[in-house]
Amino acid sequence: MSDDRLAALRAEVRAWLSEHLAGRFEPLRWRGHAGDGDALPELRKEWERELAGGGWTCPGWPAEWGGRGLSVAEQVAFQEEYARAGGPGRIGHIGEGLIGPTLIEFGTPAQQQRFLPAIRAGTEFWCQGYSEPQAGSDLANVRTRARREDATGDWLVHGQKVWTSLAHLSDWIFVLARSEEGSTGRHGLIFLLLALDQPGIEIRPIRQIGGGAEFNSVFFDGARARAEHVVGAAGEGWRIATALLGFERGISTLGQQMAFAQELDLVCRIARENGAARSPELRQRIARAWAGLRAMRYLAMRALCDDASREGRLARLGYKYHWSNWHRDLGRLAMDVLGPDGNVVDGDPRRERLRRLFLFSRADTIYGGTSEIQLNLIAEQGLGMPREPRGDRS
Amino acid sequence: MMDLQLTDDQRLIRQQAARLLADRAGPQQLRQTVAAATGFDAALWRTVARQLGWCAMTIAERHGGLGLSLTELSLVVEAAGERLAPLPLWSTACAAAPLLSAVATEEARAAILPRIAAGEIAATVAWGDLGAADPLAATPVTAVPANGGYLLDGLVTQVVDAEAADLVLVPARLAQGLALFALERGAGHETRQIETLDATRQIGALEMRGLRLSADARLDADGFTPRAAASAIATANLGLAAEQVGAARAVMDLTLAYVGERVQFGRVIASFQAVKHRCARLEVDLAEARAMVLGAAANFANAEDDERLLEARAARALASDLLFRAAEESIQLHGGVGFTWEYDPHLYLKRAQAVSALLGSADRHLEAIAEHLLAEACHER
Ligand SMILES: Cc1cc2nc3c(=O)[nH]c(=O)nc-3n(C[C@H](O)[C@H](O)[C@H](O)COP(=O)(O)OP(=O)(O)OC[C@H]3O[C@@H](n4cnc5c(N)ncnc54)[C@H](O)[C@@H]3O)c2cc1C
Repeated sequence: MSDDRLAALRAEVRAWLSEHLAGRFEPLRWRGHAGDGDALPELRKEWERELAGGGWTCPGWPAEWGGRGLSVAEQVAFQEEYARAGGPGRIGHIGEGLIGPTLIEFGTPAQQQRFLPAIRAGTEFWCQGYSEPQAGSDLANVRTRARREDATGDWLVHGQKVWTSLAHLSDWIFVLARSEEGSTGRHGLIFLLLALDQPGIEIRPIRQIGGGAEFNSVFFDGARARAEHVVGAAGEGWRIATALLGFERGISTLGQQMAFAQELDLVCRIARENGAARSPELRQRIARAWAGLRAMRYLAMRALCDDASREGRLARLGYKYHWSNWHRDLGRLAMDVLGPDGNVVDGDPRRERLRRLFLFSRADTIYGGTSEIQLNLIAEQGLGMPREPRGDRS
Repeated sequence: MMDLQLTDDQRLIRQQAARLLADRAGPQQLRQTVAAATGFDAALWRTVARQLGWCAMTIAERHGGLGLSLTELSLVVEAAGERLAPLPLWSTACAAAPLLSAVATEEARAAILPRIAAGEIAATVAWGDLGAADPLAATPVTAVPANGGYLLDGLVTQVVDAEAADLVLVPARLAQGLALFALERGAGHETRQIETLDATRQIGALEMRGLRLSADARLDADGFTPRAAASAIATANLGLAAEQVGAARAVMDLTLAYVGERVQFGRVIASFQAVKHRCARLEVDLAEARAMVLGAAANFANAEDDERLLEARAARALASDLLFRAAEESIQLHGGVGFTWEYDPHLYLKRAQAVSALLGSADRHLEAIAEHLLAEACHER
């Protein structure tokens, strides 16, 4: 990738965003990221279509499906510019980043025709139905049942999903369910696509620690997945579900570092203003945060490298634990810098941003594999240490 | 996006270094080093400096060097750190050569750098304050002009590789500012080796009493400020950080090997999650510190002095902390044998503690970063 082409791409993105992320879209800046996912939903959906109009949804997809076929380096450049401009959290993220690539790889031509264009156009939104009350870290313990209806070949789904982000704003859900009665663990699972707007589905919001409700419980009572909306075959659900998780390679988190840098910058500015910058202890923590963020940037670049060595593998495995803990620590640091003011809900936009950071960063170490699960993966897959013993499945 | 993918050549350099040192600086030889307490393996030094050109890496081709980047140098220094190899490599390649490049006249550089590049000499720097994050802010050495030359006085209590070095670079206080002097072996100064807790690195005292030097022993043109040496101080810190990351890798590997064999309660102790998680957390910290070192090395050529120094300080702060904890955890997870002379973790603990004090402890580097962030407008990346 030539530096010139990258620079040109950056300039193009910047120019487009400064023209379009303005006017009625102005209030969207900085909003709608993890933990704040229910902010300004209607306007953010319109924003998705605005992006689509500019050709900026799904830029990493192949041209065949309306993408720009951008390389990793180009996608990173795009994400960085997007974050730098304060681009809002993407309601379309799950379609663009997770189910879209999964369908491109494993979907039937008919599924691709049916779903990809609407994701690309920002007209259909998706949510992820993996977690259940009894299946969190232990995802293979899902109990939601799918039964094949002989007459139609459709699948009828019963059960409950939980923590389903953006379900209340979405049109479709992909669900990991148990299609083989009596099966346990990774066997006997199926990966289904269901329209949310149908009689057998009820969505109930769950209020979060920040007061909002970006995630939901989704109840299935005979909801229907059409026969042609199975990805892979019955019994292959685990393979598809885990492949989907592999598509998130940290490209968007490299963009998110731009927002992290701005948060740290804000912490520094407030520390200078309110005198916290005179505390030796806070100075150490602020400098440590700066060092950690620099290292994170380089770590992400290394994680994106095609490096099969042990170091390369460990950089990839360690990345999520690193950034999520860094961000959570920054949230606490921000509050410590604010001091007693941190506790006052006064509508001051800068302080409000740091309060949101403090609360919402608590989710970072939980979703997408908790910190403890990340450490297990590093130990087992990275270091070859023995696997965790399992209890019996009930 | 900057490319952090190592090239095939860089990987090869790293592999060759690791292989050579496994053969010539393995656990047996390490014990011999500790017993001999010289902190220097002259035969191994000849191999790496003369035959393999480890000191030539970052020296420009016009000065007989290889004109490679700091990445290649970091990789071999990292490999040396893994083995705690008793070589004046850091002193020569990461401290003396960069300081010459930063403040010496072109004439002086053209005279000395080719000798370093060819591996003819080992060199070191008598930093005025070896423990400071700004090691040139103060120096106990004074110089006064005399008879067309200079008289040097002062005692530098700790100089790394003082005895192994054929050339000691001495920053000295002159009426205005600092000057840099070259002490060739036999110039009339005295060095005395010091017994140190970390017996894998040589430290000596350097004393000059009315030492008479000719005018051409002075290497700078007309004085320099510590600021002018910023890129050299950055390189020296990056080199130490690379060495620390290498040592951390090695001591973590000792731990992993031990916990993978030791059985208690009917299972290898590596199967206990408390043990797994502690090893895994260290891996995250190692990946962080190593990314910082290699990232800063790759960014070095494009960055301004301020940024170079900040990134090197970040690398040092992370790597110092990493190595100490890796060594501490190694002793802990070895149990009783971790407390014995026979097992190696204590060698790494001693190195960890000793190196953490060189050119500024982690908290001093963090304070320097904080000063930068909190004094003026905060810099985004
Ligand atoms: C903001 C947010 C959004 C989310 N969005 C979605 C979504 O859109 N779709 C979806 O499917 N899910 C979503 N999730 C759910 C998320 O994936 C789960 O919360 C996560 O996998 C953890 O599962 P759990 O909540 O059941 O916790 P548990 O698995 O019960 O974990 C509780 C604690 O036990 C620890 N623990 C569990 N197993 C082990 C082990 N083997 N070793 C050591 N410690 C262990 C965990 O680390 C954790 O600290 C979201 C979660 C959050 C917070």
